[in-house]
Amino acid sequence: MTIDWLAFTPWSAIIGGVLIGVAASLLALFNGRIAGISGIISQLLHFKSAPKEHLPWRILFLLGLISSGWIYQLFFQLPVISPSNSIATLMIAGLLVGVGTRLGSGCTSGHGVCGLGRLSTRSLIATISFMTAGFVACYLFLHSGLI
Amino acid sequence: MKLRTAYLSGFIFGVGLIVSGMTNPKKVIGFLDLFGQWDPSLMLVMGAAIPFTFITFRWLEKKQTTILNEVLHLPGTRQIDLPLIIGSIFFGVGWALAGYCPGPAIVSLGLGNESVVYFVIAMLVGMKLVEIVTKK
Repeated sequence: MTIDWLAFTPWSAIIGGVLIGVAASLLALFNGRIAGISGIISQLLHFKSAPKEHLPWRILFLLGLISSGWIYQLFFQLPVISPSNSIATLMIAGLLVGVGTRLGSGCTSGHGVCGLGRLSTRSLIATISFMTAGFVACYLFLHSGLI
Repeated sequence: MKLRTAYLSGFIFGVGLIVSGMTNPKKVIGFLDLFGQWDPSLMLVMGAAIPFTFITFRWLEKKQTTILNEVLHLPGTRQIDLPLIIGSIFFGVGWALAGYCPGPAIVSLGLGNESVVYFVIAMLVGMKLVEIVTKK
């Protein structure tokens, strides 16, 4: 392991993290809800069985997420987004993320930001699992020569 | 009021993801590349967010209602089981493969990033599959 100091952007990471923490707190304080994005999306997928009064806040939260980039770019320059992967890679990755976050009941936001903030052991185990899997998978994809 | 705070929360969350670098797959993969040239930036994202959620949830769990004196909907599951671990491992592998987790993928839709549409569709299919198989 060597640290890539040239790529290191501590201030934008901290400012972004503060905003994420404030956003998750806002939803908890006023709506009494966990800002777990995979959970919010998946609840909308079984809209037939979900109580109707729980749909509007989820839709508005997601609209907030979707519109954030568009509104942001009206005032600030968007950070550079590097060209992404092939369609096949994106679809396999999406499938893994979809299946994984449902089986594991959460993602980086629900388990990572909210669950760890609640000192939930369940979320700690989930976060350790996906971080470790991410590190190992990245090693296999980039350095092992196997994949 | 609650609909406005839901929108505002999603909006601020999204801006946070953009500013932090989470919507840039290259940045995410630089962070997950622990055994290569490691970019520790995204560690600070979680590190900066968690103190806020920690204080908020401690306060809410003491108060037992929201600011508007309404019901809290906090998950009560404490069980650590195999689906939690296997699912999280699947998620971690998918995250490392494309550099997207669910939030940044949704935000990237709004940034007009066309290729992320494939990721999001596959993610929705994956979520629905689990729902059908486990009847969750």
